[in-house]
Amino acid sequence: MIWELDLAILILVIVAAIGALQVKDLLGCAILFGAYSFLMCLLWAIMGAVDVSFTEASVGAGVSTVFFVAAVFRTTRRTKD
Amino acid sequence: MSDLLVDVVGKYNYWLCIILMMIGLYAMIAKKNLIKKLVGMNIFQTSIILFYVSIGCKKGATIPILEYRADHSVLVDAAHYINPVPHVLMLTAIVVSVSTFGVALALALKVYRKHKTLEEDEILMQLRSE
Amino acid sequence: MKAIGLIIVVLVGALLFYSTQDFPIWGDPNSPASTHIATYHLEKAYEETSVPNVVTAVLADYRGFDTMFETGVIFCAGLGCFVLLRLFRKRDDDSYYRHVSTGITLHIKRGRIPDASSEFERIDTLWTPYDLIVKNVCRILAPFVQLFALYVIAHGHYSPGGGFQGGVILGASVILIAISHDMRTALGRIGEKTIHILMAVGVLIYSGVGALCMLLGTNFLDYASLSKILFTNEIQARSLGILFVEVGVGITVMAVMISIYNNLSSDGRQDEGL
Repeated sequence: MIWELDLAILILVIVAAIGALQVKDLLGCAILFGAYSFLMCLLWAIMGAVDVSFTEASVGAGVSTVFFVAAVFRTTRRTKD
Repeated sequence: MSDLLVDVVGKYNYWLCIILMMIGLYAMIAKKNLIKKLVGMNIFQTSIILFYVSIGCKKGATIPILEYRADHSVLVDAAHYINPVPHVLMLTAIVVSVSTFGVALALALKVYRKHKTLEEDEILMQLRSE
Repeated sequence: MKAIGLIIVVLVGALLFYSTQDFPIWGDPNSPASTHIATYHLEKAYEETSVPNVVTAVLADYRGFDTMFETGVIFCAGLGCFVLLRLFRKRDDDSYYRHVSTGITLHIKRGRIPDASSEFERIDTLWTPYDLIVKNVCRILAPFVQLFALYVIAHGHYSPGGGFQGGVILGASVILIAISHDMRTALGRIGEKTIHILMAVGVLIYSGVGALCMLLGTNFLDYASLSKILFTNEIQARSLGILFVEVGVGITVMAVMISIYNNLSSDGRQDEGL
Protein backbone atom coordinates (compact mmCIF):
# COMPACT_ATOMS: atom_id res chain seq x y z
CA MET A 1 0.00 0.00 0.00
CA ILE A 2 1.24 3.50 -0.75
CA TRP A 3 2.76 4.58 2.49
CA GLU A 4 2.19 8.33 1.99
CA LEU A 5 -1.57 7.76 1.75
CA ASP A 6 -1.47 5.51 4.79
CA LEU A 7 0.39 8.13 6.82
CA ALA A 8 -2.00 10.92 5.76
CA ILE A 9 -5.06 8.90 6.79
CA LEU A 10 -3.48 7.98 10.14
CA ILE A 11 -2.72 11.61 10.96
CA LEU A 12 -6.24 12.67 9.92
CA VAL A 13 -7.77 10.00 12.19
CA ILE A 14 -6.00 11.39 15.25
CA VAL A 15 -6.84 14.99 14.27
CA ALA A 16 -10.54 14.13 13.82
CA ALA A 17 -10.68 12.30 17.17
CA ILE A 18 -9.10 15.17 19.10
CA GLY A 19 -11.19 17.71 17.20
CA ALA A 20 -14.45 15.91 17.99
CA LEU A 21 -13.67 16.16 21.68
CA GLN A 22 -12.55 19.77 21.82
CA VAL A 23 -15.22 21.71 19.89
CA LYS A 24 -17.80 23.49 21.99
CA ASP A 25 -20.74 22.91 19.68
CA LEU A 26 -22.39 19.49 19.83
CA LEU A 27 -23.48 19.58 16.20
CA GLY A 28 -19.87 20.09 15.09
CA CYS A 29 -18.94 17.22 17.38
CA ALA A 30 -21.45 15.00 15.56
CA ILE A 31 -20.08 15.84 12.12
CA LEU A 32 -16.47 15.33 13.19
CA PHE A 33 -17.49 12.03 14.75
CA GLY A 34 -18.95 10.98 11.39
CA ALA A 35 -15.71 11.97 9.67
CA TYR A 36 -13.66 9.98 12.20
CA SER A 37 -15.87 6.95 11.58
CA PHE A 38 -15.44 7.21 7.84
CA LEU A 39 -11.64 7.54 8.07
CA MET A 40 -11.49 4.40 10.23
CA CYS A 41 -13.51 2.64 7.52
CA LEU A 42 -10.88 3.66 4.96
CA LEU A 43 -8.11 2.40 7.24
CA TRP A 44 -9.72 -1.03 7.49
CA ALA A 45 -10.25 -1.15 3.74
CA ILE A 46 -6.50 -0.53 3.32
CA MET A 47 -5.78 -3.46 5.65
CA GLY A 48 -8.00 -5.78 3.60
CA ALA A 49 -10.98 -6.16 5.95
CA VAL A 50 -13.71 -5.44 3.41
CA ASP A 51 -16.67 -6.79 5.39
CA VAL A 52 -15.75 -4.83 8.50
CA SER A 53 -15.21 -1.71 6.40
CA PHE A 54 -18.63 -2.05 4.71
CA THR A 55 -20.34 -2.46 8.08
CA GLU A 56 -18.58 0.52 9.60
CA ALA A 57 -19.38 2.71 6.59
CA SER A 58 -23.09 1.95 6.76
CA VAL A 59 -23.41 1.86 10.55
CA GLY A 60 -20.85 4.35 11.84
CA ALA A 61 -20.79 6.99 9.17
CA GLY A 62 -24.50 6.62 8.37
CA VAL A 63 -26.91 5.60 11.04
CA SER A 64 -24.87 6.46 14.13
CA THR A 65 -24.37 10.08 13.04
CA VAL A 66 -28.13 10.40 12.42
CA PHE A 67 -28.87 9.12 15.94
CA PHE A 68 -26.40 11.63 17.36
CA VAL A 69 -27.93 14.56 15.47
CA ALA A 70 -31.46 13.46 16.51
CA ALA A 71 -30.41 13.37 20.18
CA VAL A 72 -28.72 16.79 19.94
CA PHE A 73 -31.90 18.14 18.36
CA ARG A 74 -33.88 17.12 21.44
CA THR A 75 -31.39 18.46 24.01
CA THR A 76 -29.15 21.50 23.86
CA ARG A 77 -26.52 22.32 21.30
CA ARG A 78 -24.17 24.21 23.55
CA THR A 79 -21.64 22.71 25.91
CA LYS A 80 -19.29 24.25 28.40
CA ASP A 81 -16.22 22.13 27.69
CA MET B 1 19.74 0.80 18.39
CA SER B 2 18.74 -0.91 15.17
CA ASP B 3 16.65 -3.28 17.30
CA LEU B 4 14.73 -0.29 18.64
CA LEU B 5 14.32 1.10 15.13
CA VAL B 6 12.93 -2.22 13.91
CA ASP B 7 10.56 -2.14 16.86
CA VAL B 8 9.32 1.36 16.10
CA VAL B 9 8.82 0.90 12.38
CA GLY B 10 7.59 -2.66 12.45
CA LYS B 11 4.87 -2.22 15.05
CA TYR B 12 3.38 1.17 14.32
CA ASN B 13 -0.16 -0.16 14.13
CA TYR B 14 -0.09 -1.03 17.85
CA TRP B 15 1.15 2.48 18.67
CA LEU B 16 -1.75 4.09 16.80
CA CYS B 17 -4.19 1.88 18.68
CA ILE B 18 -2.66 2.84 22.02
CA ILE B 19 -2.81 6.56 21.20
CA LEU B 20 -6.48 6.32 20.20
CA MET B 21 -7.30 4.26 23.30
CA MET B 22 -5.73 6.88 25.52
CA ILE B 23 -7.63 9.69 23.78
CA GLY B 24 -10.89 7.83 24.39
CA LEU B 25 -10.01 7.05 28.02
CA TYR B 26 -9.14 10.67 28.73
CA ALA B 27 -12.44 11.84 27.25
CA MET B 28 -14.41 9.41 29.40
CA ILE B 29 -12.68 10.52 32.61
CA ALA B 30 -12.11 14.23 32.24
CA LYS B 31 -14.90 15.68 30.08
CA LYS B 32 -17.92 17.05 31.90
CA ASN B 33 -20.54 16.87 29.21
CA LEU B 34 -22.37 13.53 29.00
CA ILE B 35 -22.39 13.41 25.22
CA LYS B 36 -18.63 14.01 25.01
CA LYS B 37 -18.16 11.04 27.33
CA LEU B 38 -20.19 8.94 24.91
CA VAL B 39 -18.03 10.05 21.99
CA GLY B 40 -14.96 9.04 24.01
CA MET B 41 -16.47 5.60 24.63
CA ASN B 42 -17.06 5.14 20.92
CA ILE B 43 -13.49 6.20 20.05
CA PHE B 44 -12.25 3.60 22.54
CA GLN B 45 -14.40 0.90 20.94
CA THR B 46 -13.24 1.64 17.39
CA SER B 47 -9.60 1.64 18.46
CA ILE B 48 -10.00 -1.87 19.89
CA ILE B 49 -11.60 -2.99 16.62
CA LEU B 50 -8.61 -1.52 14.76
CA PHE B 51 -6.28 -3.52 16.97
CA TYR B 52 -8.01 -6.82 16.26
CA VAL B 53 -8.26 -6.21 12.52
CA SER B 54 -4.59 -5.29 12.26
CA ILE B 55 -3.62 -8.56 13.94
CA GLY B 56 -5.05 -10.52 11.04
CA CYS B 57 -2.98 -8.83 8.34
CA LYS B 58 -0.38 -10.71 6.38
CA LYS B 59 2.18 -9.22 4.04
CA GLY B 60 1.37 -9.80 0.38
CA ALA B 61 -1.92 -11.61 0.97
CA THR B 62 -5.30 -10.67 -0.44
CA ILE B 63 -8.85 -10.27 0.89
CA PRO B 64 -10.57 -13.37 2.32
CA ILE B 65 -12.93 -14.05 -0.58
CA LEU B 66 -11.86 -17.21 -2.40
CA GLU B 67 -10.80 -16.64 -6.00
CA TYR B 68 -11.80 -18.71 -8.96
CA ARG B 69 -9.12 -20.07 -11.26
CA ALA B 70 -9.46 -20.31 -15.03
CA ASP B 71 -11.09 -23.76 -14.93
CA HIS B 72 -13.85 -22.74 -12.45
CA SER B 73 -12.24 -24.36 -9.47
CA VAL B 74 -11.40 -22.47 -6.33
CA LEU B 75 -7.90 -21.51 -5.24
CA VAL B 76 -7.60 -22.84 -1.71
CA ASP B 77 -4.25 -21.86 -0.30
CA ALA B 78 -4.28 -20.58 3.26
CA ALA B 79 -1.15 -18.48 2.93
CA HIS B 80 -2.63 -16.47 0.06
CA TYR B 81 -5.49 -14.97 2.08
CA ILE B 82 -5.54 -12.90 5.23
CA ASN B 83 -6.98 -14.25 8.45
CA PRO B 84 -10.82 -14.06 8.46
CA VAL B 85 -11.52 -14.90 12.12
CA PRO B 86 -10.89 -11.41 13.63
CA HIS B 87 -13.15 -9.90 10.97
CA VAL B 88 -16.03 -12.12 12.08
CA LEU B 89 -15.60 -11.17 15.72
CA MET B 90 -15.35 -7.49 14.90
CA LEU B 91 -18.56 -7.49 12.83
CA THR B 92 -20.40 -8.45 16.01
CA ALA B 93 -18.48 -5.80 17.96
CA ILE B 94 -19.46 -2.98 15.59
CA VAL B 95 -23.14 -3.81 15.73
CA VAL B 96 -23.09 -4.13 19.52
CA SER B 97 -21.35 -0.77 19.74
CA VAL B 98 -24.06 1.00 17.74
CA SER B 99 -26.76 -0.61 19.89
CA THR B 100 -25.02 0.58 23.04
CA PHE B 101 -24.71 4.06 21.55
CA GLY B 102 -28.45 4.18 20.85
CA VAL B 103 -29.41 3.10 24.38
CA ALA B 104 -26.89 5.53 25.91
CA LEU B 105 -28.37 8.42 23.90
CA ALA B 106 -31.84 7.44 25.17
CA LEU B 107 -30.49 7.59 28.74
CA ALA B 108 -28.99 11.03 28.07
CA LEU B 109 -32.40 12.21 26.84
CA LYS B 110 -34.03 10.97 30.05
CA VAL B 111 -31.43 12.80 32.17
CA TYR B 112 -32.08 15.98 30.20
CA ARG B 113 -35.82 15.63 30.68
CA LYS B 114 -35.43 15.58 34.45
CA HIS B 115 -32.57 18.02 35.08
CA LYS B 116 -32.75 20.31 32.02
CA THR B 117 -28.96 20.18 31.58
CA LEU B 118 -26.31 17.77 30.36
CA GLU B 119 -23.29 19.00 32.31
CA GLU B 120 -22.12 16.71 35.07
CA ASP B 121 -21.34 19.36 37.70
CA GLU B 122 -24.73 21.06 37.37
CA ILE B 123 -26.49 17.72 37.72
CA LEU B 124 -24.48 16.94 40.87
CA MET B 125 -25.40 20.35 42.30
CA GLN B 126 -29.07 19.71 41.66
CA LEU B 127 -28.88 16.28 43.25
CA ARG B 128 -27.13 17.58 46.34
CA SER B 129 -29.61 20.36 46.94
CA GLU B 130 -32.61 18.03 47.01
CA MET C 1 -10.14 16.25 37.58
CA LYS C 2 -8.31 16.92 34.34
CA ALA C 3 -4.90 16.60 36.00
CA ILE C 4 -5.82 13.26 37.54
CA GLY C 5 -7.13 12.15 34.17
CA LEU C 6 -3.90 13.11 32.44
CA ILE C 7 -1.76 11.28 34.97
CA ILE C 8 -3.84 8.11 34.70
CA VAL C 9 -3.80 8.23 30.91
CA VAL C 10 -0.04 8.72 30.73
CA LEU C 11 0.62 5.86 33.16
CA VAL C 12 -1.68 3.41 31.37
CA GLY C 13 -0.26 4.46 28.00
CA ALA C 14 3.31 3.85 29.18
CA LEU C 15 2.32 0.43 30.51
CA LEU C 16 0.72 -0.53 27.21
CA PHE C 17 3.74 0.70 25.23
CA TYR C 18 5.97 -1.44 27.40
CA SER C 19 3.81 -4.48 26.75
CA THR C 20 4.07 -4.20 22.95
CA GLN C 21 7.58 -5.59 23.06
CA ASP C 22 6.21 -9.12 23.07
CA PHE C 23 3.82 -8.68 20.18
CA PRO C 24 4.62 -10.06 16.73
CA ILE C 25 5.59 -7.64 13.99
CA TRP C 26 2.72 -6.42 11.85
CA GLY C 27 2.09 -8.57 8.80
CA ASP C 28 3.95 -11.63 10.02
CA PRO C 29 2.42 -14.77 8.48
CA ASN C 30 3.68 -17.00 11.28
CA SER C 31 2.04 -15.06 14.10
CA PRO C 32 0.01 -17.19 16.52
CA ALA C 33 -3.25 -15.54 15.46
CA SER C 34 -2.98 -16.76 11.89
CA THR C 35 -1.93 -20.34 12.28
CA HIS C 36 -4.36 -22.48 14.17
CA ILE C 37 -7.99 -22.33 13.26
CA ALA C 38 -7.80 -19.74 10.51
CA THR C 39 -6.09 -22.19 8.15
CA TYR C 40 -8.80 -24.76 8.83
CA HIS C 41 -11.52 -22.23 8.01
CA LEU C 42 -9.80 -21.05 4.83
CA GLU C 43 -9.21 -24.54 3.52
CA LYS C 44 -12.46 -26.23 4.39
CA ALA C 45 -15.03 -23.47 3.96
CA TYR C 46 -15.61 -23.96 0.24
CA GLU C 47 -15.75 -27.73 0.23
CA GLU C 48 -18.15 -27.88 3.16
CA THR C 49 -20.46 -24.97 2.38
CA SER C 50 -19.75 -23.84 -1.22
CA VAL C 51 -19.70 -20.17 -0.16
CA PRO C 52 -16.68 -18.25 -1.49
CA ASN C 53 -16.92 -15.39 1.04
CA VAL C 54 -15.15 -16.99 3.99
CA VAL C 55 -16.25 -14.28 6.44
CA THR C 56 -19.95 -14.94 5.77
CA ALA C 57 -19.44 -18.70 6.01
CA VAL C 58 -17.65 -18.44 9.34
CA LEU C 59 -20.14 -15.88 10.69
CA ALA C 60 -23.31 -17.79 9.90
CA ASP C 61 -22.20 -21.40 9.99
CA TYR C 62 -19.09 -22.07 12.02
CA ARG C 63 -19.91 -19.34 14.57
CA GLY C 64 -23.67 -19.35 14.29
CA PHE C 65 -24.32 -19.12 18.02
CA ASP C 66 -22.44 -15.82 18.28
CA THR C 67 -24.58 -14.31 15.55
CA MET C 68 -27.80 -15.57 17.09
CA PHE C 69 -27.10 -13.99 20.45
CA GLU C 70 -25.91 -10.82 18.78
CA THR C 71 -29.28 -10.59 17.05
CA GLY C 72 -30.78 -10.98 20.51
CA VAL C 73 -28.63 -8.10 21.75
CA ILE C 74 -29.83 -5.81 18.95
CA PHE C 75 -33.44 -6.74 19.74
CA CYS C 76 -32.90 -5.94 23.43
CA ALA C 77 -31.37 -2.58 22.54
CA GLY C 78 -34.43 -1.67 20.48
CA LEU C 79 -36.72 -2.72 23.32
CA GLY C 80 -34.60 -0.80 25.81
CA CYS C 81 -34.88 2.46 23.88
CA PHE C 82 -38.63 1.97 23.66
CA VAL C 83 -39.03 1.33 27.39
CA LEU C 84 -36.80 4.23 28.42
CA LEU C 85 -38.38 6.90 26.28
CA ARG C 86 -41.97 5.95 25.73
CA LEU C 87 -43.27 4.32 28.84
CA PHE C 88 -42.66 6.77 31.65
CA ARG C 89 -43.43 10.14 30.17
CA LYS C 90 -45.78 12.73 31.55
CA ARG C 91 -48.95 13.28 29.63
CA ASP C 92 -49.33 17.06 29.47
CA ASP C 93 -48.32 17.90 25.93
CA ASP C 94 -50.12 20.48 23.91
CA SER C 95 -51.15 19.93 20.34
CA TYR C 96 -52.19 22.07 17.40
CA TYR C 97 -55.08 21.26 15.15
CA ARG C 98 -56.47 23.07 12.12
CA HIS C 99 -60.05 22.93 10.98
CA VAL C 100 -59.80 22.07 7.30
CA SER C 101 -62.78 23.86 5.81
CA THR C 102 -62.39 27.19 7.56
CA GLY C 103 -58.67 27.27 8.28
CA ILE C 104 -58.96 28.08 11.98
CA THR C 105 -56.07 26.80 14.07
CA LEU C 106 -56.77 25.40 17.53
CA HIS C 107 -54.19 25.11 20.28
CA ILE C 108 -55.27 22.47 22.75
CA LYS C 109 -53.43 22.32 26.07
CA ARG C 110 -54.39 18.88 27.32
CA GLY C 111 -56.39 16.19 25.64
CA ARG C 112 -56.81 15.34 22.01
CA ILE C 113 -59.37 15.23 19.29
CA PRO C 114 -60.06 11.59 18.28
CA ASP C 115 -57.81 10.30 15.56
CA ALA C 116 -60.09 9.38 12.70
CA SER C 117 -61.70 12.74 12.26
CA SER C 118 -61.54 14.16 8.78
CA GLU C 119 -62.35 17.75 9.66
CA PHE C 120 -59.34 18.45 11.85
CA GLU C 121 -55.79 17.85 10.75
CA ARG C 122 -52.77 17.82 12.99
CA ILE C 123 -49.97 20.28 12.30
CA ASP C 124 -46.43 20.21 13.64
CA THR C 125 -45.26 22.53 16.36
CA LEU C 126 -41.99 22.99 14.51
CA TRP C 127 -42.57 24.54 11.12
CA THR C 128 -40.05 23.87 8.39
CA PRO C 129 -40.36 25.42 4.93
CA TYR C 130 -41.49 23.26 2.05
CA ASP C 131 -38.48 22.36 -0.08
CA LEU C 132 -39.35 20.93 -3.46
CA ILE C 133 -35.98 19.54 -4.52
CA VAL C 134 -35.08 17.73 -1.32
CA LYS C 135 -38.47 16.09 -0.91
CA ASN C 136 -38.80 14.87 -4.45
CA VAL C 137 -35.24 13.66 -4.84
CA CYS C 138 -35.47 11.64 -1.64
CA ARG C 139 -38.82 10.26 -2.64
CA ILE C 140 -37.47 9.08 -6.00
CA LEU C 141 -34.23 7.73 -4.50
CA ALA C 142 -35.72 5.58 -1.73
CA PRO C 143 -36.75 2.53 -3.84
CA PHE C 144 -33.29 2.33 -5.41
CA VAL C 145 -31.69 2.34 -1.98
CA GLN C 146 -33.96 -0.51 -0.94
CA LEU C 147 -33.11 -2.46 -4.10
CA PHE C 148 -29.42 -2.05 -3.37
CA ALA C 149 -29.97 -3.26 0.18
CA LEU C 150 -31.74 -6.40 -1.06
CA TYR C 151 -28.83 -7.01 -3.44
CA VAL C 152 -26.37 -6.72 -0.56
CA ILE C 153 -28.29 -9.28 1.49
CA ALA C 154 -28.65 -11.72 -1.38
CA HIS C 155 -25.02 -11.48 -2.56
CA GLY C 156 -23.47 -11.94 0.85
CA HIS C 157 -22.13 -15.27 -0.34
CA TYR C 158 -20.05 -13.91 -3.17
CA SER C 159 -19.03 -10.35 -2.29
CA PRO C 160 -18.61 -8.27 0.86
CA GLY C 161 -22.00 -7.82 2.44
CA GLY C 162 -24.46 -10.03 4.20
CA GLY C 163 -27.33 -9.63 6.62
CA PHE C 164 -26.18 -6.74 8.82
CA GLN C 165 -25.11 -4.38 6.11
CA GLY C 166 -28.26 -4.95 4.06
CA GLY C 167 -30.50 -4.51 7.09
CA VAL C 168 -28.86 -1.22 8.05
CA ILE C 169 -29.23 0.15 4.51
CA LEU C 170 -32.93 -0.87 4.46
CA GLY C 171 -33.46 0.97 7.74
CA ALA C 172 -31.58 3.98 6.40
CA SER C 173 -33.98 4.25 3.46
CA VAL C 174 -36.96 4.73 5.80
CA ILE C 175 -34.95 7.16 7.94
CA LEU C 176 -34.26 9.13 4.73
CA ILE C 177 -38.00 9.53 4.15
CA ALA C 178 -38.45 10.55 7.80
CA ILE C 179 -35.76 13.22 7.54
CA SER C 180 -36.72 14.75 4.22
CA HIS C 181 -40.47 14.77 4.74
CA ASP C 182 -41.74 14.73 8.32
CA MET C 183 -41.97 11.78 10.59
CA ARG C 184 -45.71 11.39 10.25
CA THR C 185 -45.34 10.62 6.54
CA ALA C 186 -42.80 7.91 7.26
CA LEU C 187 -44.91 6.45 10.03
CA GLY C 188 -47.92 6.48 7.76
CA ARG C 189 -46.07 4.28 5.33
CA ILE C 190 -44.73 1.75 7.81
CA GLY C 191 -46.62 1.79 11.07
CA GLU C 192 -45.26 1.46 14.56
CA LYS C 193 -46.96 -1.87 15.15
CA THR C 194 -45.42 -3.35 11.99
CA ILE C 195 -41.95 -2.32 13.12
CA HIS C 196 -42.37 -3.95 16.51
CA ILE C 197 -43.61 -7.16 14.94
CA LEU C 198 -40.71 -7.19 12.47
CA MET C 199 -38.22 -6.79 15.32
CA ALA C 200 -39.37 -10.07 16.77
CA VAL C 201 -39.86 -11.89 13.45
CA GLY C 202 -36.15 -11.72 12.58
CA VAL C 203 -35.05 -13.35 15.82
CA LEU C 204 -37.83 -15.90 15.38
CA ILE C 205 -36.58 -16.81 11.88
CA TYR C 206 -33.05 -17.36 13.15
CA SER C 207 -34.03 -19.50 16.12
CA GLY C 208 -36.70 -21.18 14.01
CA VAL C 209 -34.12 -22.44 11.53
CA GLY C 210 -32.09 -23.79 14.42
CA ALA C 211 -35.09 -25.50 15.99
CA LEU C 212 -36.08 -26.95 12.61
CA CYS C 213 -32.65 -28.51 12.31
CA MET C 214 -33.09 -30.00 15.76
CA LEU C 215 -36.53 -31.38 14.87
CA LEU C 216 -35.04 -33.06 11.81
CA GLY C 217 -32.64 -35.04 13.93
CA THR C 218 -29.26 -33.31 14.23
CA ASN C 219 -27.86 -30.63 16.53
CA PHE C 220 -29.19 -27.09 16.93
CA LEU C 221 -28.15 -24.91 13.93
CA ASP C 222 -26.60 -27.82 12.03
CA TYR C 223 -27.86 -26.93 8.57
CA ALA C 224 -26.94 -30.23 6.95
CA SER C 225 -30.21 -31.75 8.08
CA LEU C 226 -32.17 -29.24 5.97
CA SER C 227 -31.27 -31.39 2.98
CA LYS C 228 -34.11 -33.71 3.92
CA ILE C 229 -36.81 -31.14 3.30
CA LEU C 230 -35.12 -29.13 0.57
CA PHE C 231 -34.17 -32.08 -1.67
CA THR C 232 -30.58 -31.04 -2.32
CA ASN C 233 -27.29 -32.41 -1.08
CA GLU C 234 -25.78 -31.37 2.23
CA ILE C 235 -23.41 -28.73 0.89
CA GLN C 236 -26.18 -26.79 -0.88
CA ALA C 237 -28.36 -27.18 2.23
CA ARG C 238 -25.70 -25.42 4.28
CA SER C 239 -25.50 -22.62 1.75
CA LEU C 240 -29.29 -22.16 1.81
CA GLY C 241 -29.33 -22.30 5.61
CA ILE C 242 -26.82 -19.44 5.68
CA LEU C 243 -29.10 -17.45 3.36
CA PHE C 244 -32.19 -17.92 5.54
CA VAL C 245 -30.33 -16.93 8.64
CA GLU C 246 -28.95 -13.78 7.01
CA VAL C 247 -32.46 -12.74 5.95
CA GLY C 248 -33.62 -13.06 9.55
CA VAL C 249 -30.76 -10.92 10.80
CA GLY C 250 -31.43 -8.30 8.13
CA ILE C 251 -35.11 -7.96 9.08
CA THR C 252 -34.33 -7.48 12.78
CA VAL C 253 -31.58 -4.93 12.16
CA MET C 254 -33.83 -2.89 9.84
CA ALA C 255 -36.68 -2.74 12.36
CA VAL C 256 -34.41 -1.85 15.27
CA MET C 257 -32.69 1.00 13.42
CA ILE C 258 -36.05 2.53 12.45
CA SER C 259 -37.42 2.08 15.96
CA ILE C 260 -34.44 3.66 17.71
CA TYR C 261 -34.53 6.64 15.34
CA ASN C 262 -38.26 7.13 15.94
CA ASN C 263 -37.90 7.07 19.69
CA LEU C 264 -34.82 9.30 19.81
CA SER C 265 -35.95 12.04 17.49
CA SER C 266 -39.43 12.47 18.85
CA ASP C 267 -38.61 12.02 22.52
CA GLY C 268 -40.97 9.10 22.81
CA ARG C 269 -44.03 10.72 21.37
CA GLN C 270 -43.56 9.52 17.79
CA ASP C 271 -45.50 12.25 16.14
CA GLU C 272 -42.97 14.93 15.28
CA GLY C 273 -39.34 14.73 14.49
CA LEU C 274 -36.34 16.20 12.74
